[in-house]
This record gives sequence, structure tokens and C-alpha cells, in this order.
Amino acid sequence: MTAESDKHGAPQIEKDPVTGTDTTGHEWDGIRELNTPLPRWWLYIFYATIVVAIVYWVLMPAWPGLHGATTGVLHQSDRANVEVEVGKLKAMRATETAALGGSSLQQIVHDPALQRYALSLGAATFGENCAACHGQSGTGSKGYANLRDDVWLWGGSLEQIQQTILHGVRSGDPEARLSQMPSFGRDAILKPEQVSDLTEYVVHLSHRPADAAAVARAEPLFKDNCATCHGPAGLGDQSRGAPNLTDAEWLYGSDRQSIHDQIWNGRGGVMPAWGKRLDPNTIKALAVYVYVNSGGQ
Amino acid sequence: MTVVINTLKPVARAEPADKPAPLYVKRKAIYPKRVKGPFRQLKWGLLLVMLGIYYGVPWIRWARPAPQPQQAVLVDFLHGRFFLFGLHLWPDEVYFITALLVISALSLFLVSALFGRLWCGYACPQTVWTDLFIAVERLFEGDRNARMHLDAQPWSVEKALRKGGKHAVWLLVGMATGGAWIFYFHDAPTTFRQFFVGQAPPTAYIFFWLLTFTTYIFAGTMREQVCTYLCPWPRIQGAMLDKDSLQVTYRYDRGEPRGAHKKGADWSGRGDCIECTQCVVACPMGIDIRDGLQLECINCGLCIDACDEVMVKVGRPKGLIAFDTDANVLARANNQPTRLRLVRPRTIFYGVALTGVLALTGYGLATRPTFGLHVVRDRAPLFVRLHDGSIRNGYTLEIANRSFERRKLDVIVRGPGDVGLREPGEAGSATGHIQITAEADQVTPVRLFATLPAAVLPGPLTPIRVTLVDAADGKTVGAAGSVFTSDTAAGR
Repeated sequence: MTAESDKHGAPQIEKDPVTGTDTTGHEWDGIRELNTPLPRWWLYIFYATIVVAIVYWVLMPAWPGLHGATTGVLHQSDRANVEVEVGKLKAMRATETAALGGSSLQQIVHDPALQRYALSLGAATFGENCAACHGQSGTGSKGYANLRDDVWLWGGSLEQIQQTILHGVRSGDPEARLSQMPSFGRDAILKPEQVSDLTEYVVHLSHRPADAAAVARAEPLFKDNCATCHGPAGLGDQSRGAPNLTDAEWLYGSDRQSIHDQIWNGRGGVMPAWGKRLDPNTIKALAVYVYVNSGGQ
Repeated sequence: MTVVINTLKPVARAEPADKPAPLYVKRKAIYPKRVKGPFRQLKWGLLLVMLGIYYGVPWIRWARPAPQPQQAVLVDFLHGRFFLFGLHLWPDEVYFITALLVISALSLFLVSALFGRLWCGYACPQTVWTDLFIAVERLFEGDRNARMHLDAQPWSVEKALRKGGKHAVWLLVGMATGGAWIFYFHDAPTTFRQFFVGQAPPTAYIFFWLLTFTTYIFAGTMREQVCTYLCPWPRIQGAMLDKDSLQVTYRYDRGEPRGAHKKGADWSGRGDCIECTQCVVACPMGIDIRDGLQLECINCGLCIDACDEVMVKVGRPKGLIAFDTDANVLARANNQPTRLRLVRPRTIFYGVALTGVLALTGYGLATRPTFGLHVVRDRAPLFVRLHDGSIRNGYTLEIANRSFERRKLDVIVRGPGDVGLREPGEAGSATGHIQITAEADQVTPVRLFATLPAAVLPGPLTPIRVTLVDAADGKTVGAAGSVFTSDTAAGR
């Protein structure tokens, strides 16, 4: 078919005889292209998105540059928005936070509403900061203190817990909990067989069967080297962070090998001084959380 | 549904057409004519009662201890409480609401089986508000003929005024309806004041407009279509009705053969129906009751009033249309004695079921416990070993106190030995017995540490029992079991 002209002179568009659709006039090897334009509604939406994009470039940060992206006339910034939201959250919690600040630790524990608030705040803070070492449930692991039982290296009263959190253990903070067990074996303070005898002695202290001859040999060794911190009966001393050697709780393990390793190496863990990172009220809440969940001492 | 086949006059059916009938039928405008009579009076009376209940109930006050709302009927979503006069339910007691729904359903079954769809004709909000809206319509546009005339006219100032006035009042009634609804969910006097100064909760405004809109649409423009197309009840009712159910019935045994009647002419050899169609024009559902029982019929009885008025005028006895049973109409047609059978297997079954559910609900309400106890065991850690080698487990007791007073309760924990028991920061007890305070109308969480020597534990899981005793009278008010976890191997 050839393109004809209607009476106004405009070229008449050729129609496909099968579908009745207009053709574009393009033809390849006898195949004619049908003119099926995009639906109008689709086109208009497409044009609208272009307009929206241009408006967006003007209003919002869009084009990357060498020193950061264009800021847009609205100066939208997710970082600033988060800061505003955090500010709102702090304002929302202002009453409770002030109540924490104005109450003693004892008062917080004994006021149900305040305790609930402190426990929520404490749980979140513990999860973010403490769980990495002490475990999500606070039960610790070898070398990291169990905060759920009734055994405390540095004291389990509310104030002692708060003090430990504020200044840490061997953290470099001037008020940090500080003690150092000598490496009796590694530094050759004692002979290897003496370390072995002391191991038997410590096993004996915790009411377990031990080699009696070794215990007898170790008795003066213990008095000379260990009793200063752990006490003559091995009951420990919380002011020095010296653990009780007669109970069922062992920071570095209760078996003979673990006890021997500890006497040989004299390990001591480090805990950061959280007073430098967390505000005093959060630390109060944390102390209450640890105290309440352990039952304190 | 027991359909009365009118044997005397074949029901007009659509002509079989070449192309199938359209699935959508455009609504035909219905202009119900005003009727006078006892059923109309009863409907007006019940309308006042129903509206009175709906608008009045939120304003009934009820004395409760201080922090509790003083409103007799209140669904307090904010605090999760449902108040119904002396009863106050917690969200976990939602089964009482289920019981209420079951009782409502069974009552509806029983009443329908006995007397037909009385609910539809007299008590349903759709019927009550439609009646009210038709009354408003009549006030502005006049009765049936005037309304038809007005609708046929081209638009004029008068027509606009009449129609506008009607819609304005409809909207006001709708607003009053939506406005009253929110009082069931917030303290009525407080919300009433807050509402007009824009201080009511946002949900109050949302539901105000929602209910205003639905009232206006349902009662103003949709009317009988709600019953016919939206409501499932007309479709279900067929299962409740039988030939002995009383319902609005055209007594064809007396009415047929129908036909126009000249004053003074002889009544012999013909029926009492004079084809005045007053029953049809009075019908708010737009049906002809003489076609027999139909799913559209809401049993309101307005056609009875309309027909009786005509029967009196032509000097025939009333009751050509009346509350009657299909069985009796058939009996009269066959010259057999009529009888009313209210006690039937169906009604006995519904009655027994209703009584049973009522008794169960009553028993449930009477023995509803004041306290609830839920023992939540710590999961992390499952247990800790204390300095002396004993094992400690942590629990949180969730103690629900459904009364309005704070109560002192003894918590007693029994295990294989004396259970060491204490709240964090408290001294505790060595014999598994401490006292706690359960705050009024709330769940008090009590954190407890229970300690047992490893030697008494028979294995890794040891059953323990927690008992709550009212400290005032020594009565056991709650008990629950839990387990005590340890790493103690069985038999060690």
C-alpha cells in the first residue's frame, strides 16, 4: 500500500489490515512496524518523575562533588536528623534521667518505677558495652567475671559495683581497681615443683581431695607468697581484688591445670573506665542493673 | 426458608430473554408511605428506647475507687480495660466478650424461630436509623406522593431548599451518632468538653467522622440495600425459620382471588384483597408481602397497619396481613384447625443451647479469679552456681491483681528442699516464703532468686511449685508450676 493523502493534504496513515493498528511507515523485508505508542498515562507519569527528579536535585543533596555532595536548598542531613531525634529522646527521658541523678543507688533499687527505668536503661547499656566480655546474660567466661552469681572480686554492693564501672580494672585510670598477681612460675619466683605443690594446696583449700604430702610442703609457701593478698585461710580480699580460693567459683577455671597456669602466669584482666565514656546517670542505671540481676552481695 | 407458594396467583417472573439478565440491578427508589397503627406506634416507641440506650448509656456514672473511671460502660483501650457496670474485664478475659456474642447469636436464633425477624424489624440500628432518616425526609419533602412529585420535578429553589434541608439534618443526625460513639471509649463528660475545643484524642475525631459518614450513607442513601446486599443475617435466617414460625404473612387463603372492589358490591366468591397496594407503598423494603415470605422482608409489620386501615374502611375484618405461621395459613386454606406451636424441637434446641451458654458464662463470671500468676523463668542464664556450690535460678512472677485494692500476698515456693528465696536487694527467706505487694488493677512483676543446694537436686530439671496466699485471710489465690534448672546430672 502506498501512503495516500486525505482531502486536507495530510498524509494518510497506513493501517495494518490484521490488527487495525497504525503503522510507522518503516518496512524491513516486507515486515512493517506497527505504531503502538506507550500508553498516555504511562508517559505522563514518566514526565512527572523527570520533573520530580529536577525538583529533588534542587531541594535535596544530590550531586557528588570533590568535597561532598551538593547540599540542596533544604540542607537535609540524616546525621543532623538523627541528632535531633536523639535530642528529642533525651528530652523525653529528662524527667527519669533527672530522677536517677537525684536519687541514691539504694533509692533507685527500692523505688519500683525508678528501678524499672534503671533496669531498661541498664539492659540496653549492658548489651552495647559490657556484653562483649561479660556475655549477653552477664555470666562471663574464663577470665571474665560472672556478674550473675554472688561472688565478687571487687565487692558486690551497689557502691562498689558503681565504682568498678566508673574507673575500671587495671584501666590506667588513677582510681582504677588495681592489683597484680605475680607470675610465680614464669618470673622464676618459685620453682616448678613448688608451683605444683601450691596447686595441690589450692585444690585442698577448696575442699577437694589433694596430695597430702604436697599440701604439707606447700603450706609455708602459701603463707609466704599468697597469704598477703588471699589471706591465711585463702578467703580472699575484695579490697585487693584477691579472689576467695575456698569457694566454688573460679575466674580462670577450677581444674589443676588451670590453677597451675594461674599461679605460673598470674594473669589479671582489664576493664575500661566507663566513666570516661558513659554519663554518670547511665552508670548508675548500669550498677543497678548488675546489682539487681545478680542479687548483689 | 419456607417459601409459601401462592398457588392461587402465579408469581410474575421475568420473561426468558435471549441475553442473560445483567448481574447488577439499579436500585429503584422506594418512597415508603406513612402508616398509622399499633405496629407503627410500637416502632416509634422502640425507636425512642433504642436511641435512648445508645445516646444515654455513656452518661451513666458508676462509683469506682479513685484512679478508675467513673463511667458505667467504658471500653478503655488506652489502659486495656473493659468496664460494664460492676464488671471490669482485662484483655486476657476476652472470652467473656465471645460468650456475649454467642449469647446474642443464640437469642437471635431463638427469637427468629419463634417470632421471625423481630431484630431486623424493630431493634437493628440499621432499621432504627433508617426509620429516623425517613421521618426527617418526610418532614422536609412530605409523604410518598409529594416526595415522588418533588423528585420528578426539575431543580428549583424550593426543591434545593427541601433536599438541602433534609441532607443537612441527616448529616446532623449522623454527627450526633458518630459523636455518641466515641463516648463509649473515653470518659463522656471530659471528651464532650474536649471535643469542641479540639483537645479530644485524634481517634475520637477519626471515629466521629467515620461514624457520621457511615450513618449518613447507610441510613440516608443505602437503606434497604444494606439489609439485602450487605447484611448476612437475611441469608442465614432461612435456617432458623420453619412453617411454625410467626412472621408477617399475607393470608392468601382469605385474600384470594384478589381484585378491585366497588363499594357495596358482594364479597362472596372473591377474596378480601382489593388490590389497593397500600401494603406495597407502606413497605420500607419496597416489596410486595403478597408474594410470600422474602429475604428482603424485615418483619416490621407496617404493611399490617396499612392493610388493617383499609380493611376497616371497606368493612372487612382486620388481619388480612398479620403475624401468622405458614402452617396455619395452609391449614385454613384446607379447612383444618389452626394451632400455634411455640415448643418445637428447633426452639427447644435453641433454648437449651442458650440456657447452657448463659449458665456457663454465669459460672465463669462467678468464679472469675481475682489474682493471676504466671511464672517466667530466666532463660539467660538458666542458672548460676553460688560461692557455696548451691544453684540459683532467677524467676519473674507476673502477678495480676484484678481487684481495685493493692494486696499483700505471700509467695511460697516449694521444691525438693527448703528453697532459699529473695528479691534482689532484700534479705529474703531460707524457707521459700516471702511477702510481696500486688498493686491494684495491674500486673506486678516480682523478680525472685530461688536457691537450692546441689545435693538435693535429683537431676537437671527439678519441678517446683509457686503458691500465692492472700496475707489477709490465708486463702490460696493462685498457684503455678515451673522448673528449677541446674547442671546436676541425674543420680549424682
